[in-house]
Amino acid sequence: MMEKVNYAEIVHRCFRCGYCKFPSDYSEINCPSYAKYRFETYFSGGRMWLIRAWMNNEIEWSEHLGEIMYSCSTCRNCVEHCVFKFNEQLVDVFIAARSDMVERGQVPKKVGEFFSNLAKFGNPWGYAARRLEWVGRDYANNEFLLHAGCVATYDDRAKRSLKALLELLDAVGVDYGVFSDEICEGNEAMVMGEFGLFEQLMEQNRRRFEERGVKKVLTPDPHAFNAFKNYYGMDAVHHTQLLWNLVNNGELKVRRVKEKLTYHDPCFLGRWNGVYKEPRKLLSRIGSLYEMPRNRKDSFCCGGGSGNFYTDYLGGKDSPARIRVKEAAETAEILVTSCPVCLMMLDNAVSDEGLELEVRDISEVVLEALKS
Amino acid sequence: MRCQKFRGVVEMYEELKAIVGEENVSKEPEELYIYSSDPGTMPPVKPDYVVMPKTTEEVQKIVLLANKHKVPVVPMGGALSLSGLVRPLRGGIVVDMKRMDRIIEVNERARYAVVEAGVSEGRLKAYLDKKYPSLRISTPDAPPIATVTANALIHGSGRLSQIYGFHSEMVTGMEVVLPTGEVCRVGSCSVSPYWFSRSPLPDLAGLFIGWFGRTGIVTKLGIKLFPKHRYRDVMIFVTENPSYVSDVIWKVAHTEMAEDITVWAQPKPEWAEGFQHTTIYVTADSEEELEFKEKIIRNALMDYIKQKEGGFLYLTPAMKAMFLQEPMSQLVRFADVRKGGGFEYVGAILPVDLFDVAYQRGLEIVERLGVDWAFSIRIIGRSHCMMFAYAYPFNRADEEDVERARKALHETNKAVLEMGGIPWKAEAPAQQLILESMDEGAKRLIKSVIEMLDPNGVMNPGNWEVK
Ligand SMILES: Cc1cc2nc3c(=O)[nH]c(=O)nc-3n(C[C@H](O)[C@H](O)[C@H](O)COP(=O)(O)OP(=O)(O)OC[C@H]3O[C@@H](n4cnc5c(N)ncnc54)[C@H](O)[C@@H]3O)c2cc1C
Ligand code: SF4
Ligand code: SF4
Repeated sequence: MMEKVNYAEIVHRCFRCGYCKFPSDYSEINCPSYAKYRFETYFSGGRMWLIRAWMNNEIEWSEHLGEIMYSCSTCRNCVEHCVFKFNEQLVDVFIAARSDMVERGQVPKKVGEFFSNLAKFGNPWGYAARRLEWVGRDYANNEFLLHAGCVATYDDRAKRSLKALLELLDAVGVDYGVFSDEICEGNEAMVMGEFGLFEQLMEQNRRRFEERGVKKVLTPDPHAFNAFKNYYGMDAVHHTQLLWNLVNNGELKVRRVKEKLTYHDPCFLGRWNGVYKEPRKLLSRIGSLYEMPRNRKDSFCCGGGSGNFYTDYLGGKDSPARIRVKEAAETAEILVTSCPVCLMMLDNAVSDEGLELEVRDISEVVLEALKS
Repeated sequence: MRCQKFRGVVEMYEELKAIVGEENVSKEPEELYIYSSDPGTMPPVKPDYVVMPKTTEEVQKIVLLANKHKVPVVPMGGALSLSGLVRPLRGGIVVDMKRMDRIIEVNERARYAVVEAGVSEGRLKAYLDKKYPSLRISTPDAPPIATVTANALIHGSGRLSQIYGFHSEMVTGMEVVLPTGEVCRVGSCSVSPYWFSRSPLPDLAGLFIGWFGRTGIVTKLGIKLFPKHRYRDVMIFVTENPSYVSDVIWKVAHTEMAEDITVWAQPKPEWAEGFQHTTIYVTADSEEELEFKEKIIRNALMDYIKQKEGGFLYLTPAMKAMFLQEPMSQLVRFADVRKGGGFEYVGAILPVDLFDVAYQRGLEIVERLGVDWAFSIRIIGRSHCMMFAYAYPFNRADEEDVERARKALHETNKAVLEMGGIPWKAEAPAQQLILESMDEGAKRLIKSVIEMLDPNGVMNPGNWEVK
């Protein structure tokens, strides 16, 4: 069973002071859901107070309450910037409250769809197709199992970045294989509070890993990386780490690209798992890296986490992704990220905003540097 | 007809939607719940609607609509004054101003900024740090989402108040939506394109400062900026006798070498118990200047040091960093003393001379009521007065504990008035205590001003209510 934080002991300790709305220098609103909605209900403090009110029957569950709870992308900006001692538990509180809501059957419609598709089809969209046959490298006692994750498998833009990664791995001869019938690792189910579903997916995956002797997982998806590393307790490697190692030890020879680069930290890689250096070292080797004002622990979430890439509670004209790409366009010519969810969200936002900016996964940039 | 407790009407929701757009108005229980209270002890009062305008025109339309339906309107900034001032005492529309967040102008040479009412202290500070590194605001130690406008309007104070006074004195002009819906400008901006000063005109700003939104909604504010120096340091002078403190403050202020002077006293941690800590901030443009200023301050207090009645505390780099942070985020953690997410304070505006009396009265109250406490004092002007905060933490999950804090606050408010001071940003009941002590002529004037500006009684009724 997943450990659930006892939020009844924590929620009343939130002062609703709003430190958690900001990055370190207070320059902008850094909670993506508050940036979009601007009602006091949509930031960490508002959620803490609403959870308490719901727990004490001062307000009833409603579709609106559900949307407020699920528009939190679990980006952990609040964890980073809340000045109280319980800061580390904030996102755990939201996850636990969602889980209690799930247990009572209280989830907003779109979230319900997400769960039922995941349960029935192993992916949020309900696609029936098998997933990674096209790769043509079924896992057979390789060094790595390459786990693509749902978004890189099904979203066209993210799929292109997966192909770039495979090309790179092949170029150096990394020993990997895939499960052509890969199933979701369940990170989103977990952070969305569907612990039962997450455990079921983890169980299925673990069984398959055991049967086929998987020891190490390589993934371009920080969400999956998070689940494998922290919940499955596996040896997990994110592609930024592997690529940096390959470049650093000379196995991948890269030249420099001429465009100005900037890097968007995916929340599940950065704030959740502290991987900030490798992508930066890699990009600095390839080109000129310019930081956006909000970077590393202060990075501004694309608004896709915690199922929001599907539920779209953080979409629309004031979406965090649209705010983020404007920030990137003021900084550089290419916005690089290292997460299929961020890639999809930011790429769509660039089209919506009609910007010149290019959005690329880090593997696409490395591939270009390799070829040029 | 005067505005009485209002219950929402369906058509009004549609009208509000037409003004601000559907996504910026709510009548959902979740928003009404959150906007019914602030983090302090005052009991919740639910609004009927919450709206978030983006422009002055939208604010104007909201106020006109409120007049049409005789519905109260309550402006809100960061909701951090802690004394329940943004609760809609008679229901109605809470207007969250924070979407109006443009920094309109910084005039570097005339040292002022013009901001929309929703611009937060944090954002203006960050903006200046980045774009105008030689300029600064007088940052209050409130959490950074507090708005520059509301802070100035309630007579806030901050890091430069010892030199330049209350933040209300730093206001150079404003744009206001009057309770009748008319828009007007006060200060130099009413005559000129520049927002440099309130003088030499009739000082109409006084009609909106200190009124808790009872006389209009300020939509834009001109605020003074000040030189930012390269070096900043902090010294803490410790005494064990509160009767010395007003003299310590007087002497330090007399040197005119300190930028900010605060005093704090609290029973926890143990090493701090029984002592008064006078925190002195010094700024300079060179190390020599800093050394010189610090030396003059030390000399001013030499008698205390020689007589072993006081001394400077050794500060580790970590302690220095904590005290030099703006705003000092450590302060907010006081809300966790009782592991219950709450504190509120009576901010007593008092002559500095009354420090000892104020200190002893505070101790008497906390000992009698058995509440946790901290006293935190900021000097305003060259010891012209002080804001003496009697802060009481509480556990919001324990109603008895909240009630204890409420009682301590109420008793402190009364004691402050007895001592000859005035509670700052007073809760509605404390406003009544102030009015009870107020000169009859002043009360009549307050009443007439409200009736003249707000014939329908729609602007934040329940505040400064002269019975
Ligand atoms: C830890 C902590 C430390 C603090 N330290 C300080 C400090 O050092 N100095 C200090 O001054 N304060 C301090 N405060 C108190 C308070 O937080 C600040 O004064 C804060 O700036 C108030 O601003 P706000 O935007 O939160 O105002 P709100 O609470 O939102 O509003 C205050 C009042 O102004 C009215 N109002 C709001 N906007 C408008 C408008 N546009 N037009 C007309 N009326 C309006 C409201 O109706 C209300 O009556 C502190 C608070 C805390 C919690
Ligand atoms: S979560 Fe922390 S920082 Fe945010 S409002 Fe609550 S106490 Fe303040
Ligand atoms: S995790 Fe991110 S989206 Fe959720 S409340 Fe915290 S800052 Fe906001």
